[in-house]
Amino acid sequence: MLARHLDSKQPAMLNPTVSSALPASRRQFLKASAAAGAGLVIGFFLTGGNKLARSAETASTGDFAPNAFVRIAPDSSVTVLIKHIEFGQGTFTGLATLVAEELDADWSQIRAEHAPADASLYNNLHWGAVQGTGGSSSIANSYEQLRRAGATARALLVTSAADLWGVPAGDITVERGVVTHRASGRQAAFGDLVERAAALEAPVEVTLKQPQDFTLIGTPVPRLDSRIKSRGQAVYTIDKSLLGMLTAVIARPPVFGATLVSFDDSAARAVKGVTDVVAVPQGVAVLGRGFWAAKSGRDALQVTWDESTGETRGSEQIMAEYRQLAQQPGAIARQDGNAEAALATAAQVLEADYEYPFLAHAPMEPLDCVVQIGEAGCDIWAGSQIPTVDQGAAAHILGLEPQQVRVHTQLAGGSFGRRATPQADMVSEAVSIAKAIGGRAPVRLIWTREDDIQGGRYRPMYFHRLRAGLDAEGRLVAWQHRIVGQSILRGTPFAEALIKNGIDQTSVEGANTLPYAIPNVTVDLHTTDVKVPVLWWRSVGSTHTAYSAEVFIDELAEAAGRDPVEFRLEMLAGHPRHAGVLKLAAEKAGWGSPLAPGRARGVAVHESFNTYVAEVAEVSVAENGTIKVEKVVCAVDCGVAVNPDQVKAQMEGGIGYGLGAVLHNAVTLADGRVEQSNFHDYLPLRINEMPEVEVHIVPSAEPPTGVGEPGVPPIGPAVANAVYRATGRRIRSLPFAKHGLSAA
Amino acid sequence: MVKLTVNGEERALDIAEDTPLLWVLRDELGLTGTKFGCGMALCGACTVHVDGVPTRSCVTAAVDVEGSDITTIEAVSGKAAVAVQAAWEQLDVVQCGYCQSGQVMSAIGLLTENPRPSDQDIDAAMSGNVCRCATYVRIRAAVHEAARLMEG
Repeated sequence: MLARHLDSKQPAMLNPTVSSALPASRRQFLKASAAAGAGLVIGFFLTGGNKLARSAETASTGDFAPNAFVRIAPDSSVTVLIKHIEFGQGTFTGLATLVAEELDADWSQIRAEHAPADASLYNNLHWGAVQGTGGSSSIANSYEQLRRAGATARALLVTSAADLWGVPAGDITVERGVVTHRASGRQAAFGDLVERAAALEAPVEVTLKQPQDFTLIGTPVPRLDSRIKSRGQAVYTIDKSLLGMLTAVIARPPVFGATLVSFDDSAARAVKGVTDVVAVPQGVAVLGRGFWAAKSGRDALQVTWDESTGETRGSEQIMAEYRQLAQQPGAIARQDGNAEAALATAAQVLEADYEYPFLAHAPMEPLDCVVQIGEAGCDIWAGSQIPTVDQGAAAHILGLEPQQVRVHTQLAGGSFGRRATPQADMVSEAVSIAKAIGGRAPVRLIWTREDDIQGGRYRPMYFHRLRAGLDAEGRLVAWQHRIVGQSILRGTPFAEALIKNGIDQTSVEGANTLPYAIPNVTVDLHTTDVKVPVLWWRSVGSTHTAYSAEVFIDELAEAAGRDPVEFRLEMLAGHPRHAGVLKLAAEKAGWGSPLAPGRARGVAVHESFNTYVAEVAEVSVAENGTIKVEKVVCAVDCGVAVNPDQVKAQMEGGIGYGLGAVLHNAVTLADGRVEQSNFHDYLPLRINEMPEVEVHIVPSAEPPTGVGEPGVPPIGPAVANAVYRATGRRIRSLPFAKHGLSAA
Repeated sequence: MVKLTVNGEERALDIAEDTPLLWVLRDELGLTGTKFGCGMALCGACTVHVDGVPTRSCVTAAVDVEGSDITTIEAVSGKAAVAVQAAWEQLDVVQCGYCQSGQVMSAIGLLTENPRPSDQDIDAAMSGNVCRCATYVRIRAAVHEAARLMEG
């Protein structure tokens, strides 16, 4: 979710923090490879690969570990070290595919496991010296890096076979895990060559395949984790068990920003199985043998809080203040021409306000973390989305060096951004608890669902005011988009890079990148102070900017007497990839063709994280206001689709995730207290509400871009535009449930 | 002492009287395939079979299922189980996978009762199982595929 704002064009090697931390020999290598125009960052990872991989504790005896990403065992199994957490989006499968492709491995040989936290080996190349998953960047930043890792391993296996057989390396082929010298008929499995290969120096230069030679990239390679996840065998953080481990839950303040005064733990300690009650910076932790003991202990705990420092406003009051702020111009995020002047002379001016609530991420696996403090430092098991930040936070709390903190990234039961906390929430909590009991026992922290829904780090509330002008011919000549809301990045380590001239890029993304050819555009921003902690939520700024822009465009098309698809296309001449997905979705959905009575279509198109998505929603609305989204036709352009079936899966999932939020979801405050608590009042989308989804992928030779988030933004406006066509009602404040439009 | 029959084995457990079956399975018996999602029978991640019937273990007190046969994802078996798990794999239903034990247990329950379910039957039987990754399109397709496999 960190997004492209961390300047994907700047190679991480240029970051002084990275290069100054490198030994001289590696710095020299970087220079050499930079001068040669090859490899760059990737080269750094591969040079001296054997040693690096071993120091990262990834190699076991007898394995061939040509670099930090690949390990080949004598039994020919190939393990790919995955630097990005697998939480459903398919990193295990997708990243392993990149290695397997260039290695010419057979897919059945491939295994995947999470890499350890190490900012020098496993950083996100789009982010600089941070290992992390977000901004739909896993495939995009790894595409060349992991292919090189695979190609390097392949080159070493080929050299080994050539040496062994006394034949020229150029006469050797590798196909589906078999190394062959055709002229002599000699063949070897990878495992037969690992001992010899491990003794070789890795080549600096490797040649990558041409796309027409791909055998795995571009094919629906099966997920590596389907089997274990269908059989209850996948291990998540919450499943981790250590000898003597205690389970902890935390009593947190009833309003954000309140502080602990005192607590009475006599009743809590009387609960069977409760072992400890300790104050930590985040609240009061109750520990016990098992979750039920800890949770029952917390139920019995009496805590007194000082709420005077806390947030006491309600959502309506906050929104009213935002609305007031929107009367005044904000900090300019984009200015083309003079929108104010153009509005003054426009033939027709439209104005509309949009309101967005706080949203919880509500991943299925509640937040959790397991910590063990020992003499050799600290071990952490967590579904960590930014493991090197978590590592640093744990080290700080314990007075250790970061390398004394070993982060074992676990499969996570969803995240949607929630596990990417720059403040290292759950890791800091768990480490603080373990420290508070003197490291006496391993600690497993579990958040309940109520803790999750009420615990903050929400998608911020926003208020938008849009004004636009059409000329006498119905052409859009002016566009003003004002956004009011909290900054996600303020106060985080990412603020310096991503807040420029008072503009948090995550507040305005999708608005300041409006693709339509409009001569006069202003986008401005008011950043507000609210004590509710906020965070990126699947597709971040585009969760709200796409809705406002695409609903308003629809309204303008109508005012201009134009078809909404044609109206958009006419203004997308300079943005062929937007136009491409819009045309494809419209065509596949039969845009303009007759529909059954009571049904209507709506469309939206949006780019996020360099991936272009258009969606056409077909809805039915019953007389009692019940909405059913019957079908969604989606077109996506994500460059090379490394795994088309997983691209489809992410579009399906993004549509469902976004749809649930626009139909049902709002976290609201009354006197600072969160009013929702679990899935009965923060309704998740259920199977009976899930539309049929049809996904079309635009064929492309462009470098791959992410798909984890970009399916989300268009669904809300596409449905809203369809609902308007069916009912005549423009839904401008979310969720739909507020307007008596319930879901079927 | 509470006596439970879990996956065919008799287990005697010293637990607090109100302990939900879910936490007995997970914390006492180490059967972690059954998941905690909400604690209020709202999400279905904790679904197990009690005498063959899909049941939310997070709100089922362990003492209330003494004498019943409790089956978890780790040991579920039979024609419907084989078909469901094969279909789940074949269609790559899973994403994060956390809810899928519960989804699979509910789907097995459905197909055991109704080997040829319609979309409406599937919605009715599966709407208690939440998937935040929204893998529902594939869940629906996989239940149909499992029904087909059971016939074959």
